[in-house]
Amino acid sequence: MSNPMSNLMSTVSNPVQASDPVSGTCPECEGAVPFARAPLAAQVARCPGCGVELEVTSIQPLTLELAPQVQEDWGE
Amino acid sequence: MNVAILHTRLRIEERLLSDALAARDATVELIDLRTVVFDPRADQRWRGFDIVLDRSVSLTASLTAVRMIEHLGLRCINPAAAIELCSDKLRTSLALEAASVPTPRTLVATSPESALEAIEMLDYPVVLKPTIGSWGRLVSRINDRDAAEAIIEHRDTLGSVNHHVYYVQEHIDKPGRDIRVFVVGGRAIAAITRTSQHWVTNTARGARAAGFAIPDSLADICIRAVESVQADVAAVDILECPRRGFLVNEINHSMEFRNSIETSGVDIPGCVAEYAISLASKKTHAAPFSRGGVSEQ
Repeated sequence: MSNPMSNLMSTVSNPVQASDPVSGTCPECEGAVPFARAPLAAQVARCPGCGVELEVTSIQPLTLELAPQVQEDWGE
Repeated sequence: MNVAILHTRLRIEERLLSDALAARDATVELIDLRTVVFDPRADQRWRGFDIVLDRSVSLTASLTAVRMIEHLGLRCINPAAAIELCSDKLRTSLALEAASVPTPRTLVATSPESALEAIEMLDYPVVLKPTIGSWGRLVSRINDRDAAEAIIEHRDTLGSVNHHVYYVQEHIDKPGRDIRVFVVGGRAIAAITRTSQHWVTNTARGARAAGFAIPDSLADICIRAVESVQADVAAVDILECPRRGFLVNEINHSMEFRNSIETSGVDIPGCVAEYAISLASKKTHAAPFSRGGVSEQ
């Protein structure tokens, strides 16, 4: 079946695929941020160098930005 | 089987759920709610999905999205009604009371004066919580009148209007831990204890998790609790009262479970995936699609 959302959203149809490890660059300390699996858009990660929380904002090229601060309505 | 997972940030939980669904031959779409424009007349955008899993970390985004998607006829896990009941502690308390599920004694007030009166009716120590909030944020144990007056004044002066609802709960002298029970599709599938030196035993606040075998009596309480808030999938936080036994403290509609899989020994995302696929397969929920002239299989 065709994906009804494919033109609308940042999506990945088969996130279970294996892939080579990749790494991005921390915008805070410029250190390497490795990913064991192919990162996905909106994925959060922590920089092993400076500890800031990051968000993947682009896959190609792999771009990391500081993750949004926790909001009052965030949670479980 | 086509499953949408709604998110605002993609955490380990969402990837585990995605993997679990894909391993069961479902096609998964991860949808970042920050990119979506909802149109209540445009159901064709969502027709291809058999079921939607809401995993947004933002309550506001969750409720907005699920209300819109349900309007278009899709079944969401959890439904908007469940999110509304679980996310508001006052509404959770009322649902638990109505279903006669054991829960800590709770009083509610809407002015500083009546808040102080409520606190002293329950006697010190008490616990003051925001009605909406998670991860233990702004939960306060109040041991005496001085602290009560200070916290009430701060909330009255500095807080948004939501903080002018004073949700006051009796303090339960728990044994240094609470219990979290995961309920999926009407079954209590797994549980952990969360132990801390601090009175707030939340893993988001550093509590230590360990596996826990669920007694039948606790499973029954948790299943009834989750039914009372109309949730499909939820984590029930339990306090052990020395006098009254298990009490339902909170119910989480968008549970985190990354640290509970190994500790409980249960494939929690796998259970959620199987339940979602099973629910979608039944298709008994899909009647609203007929509004748009699309027949159901």
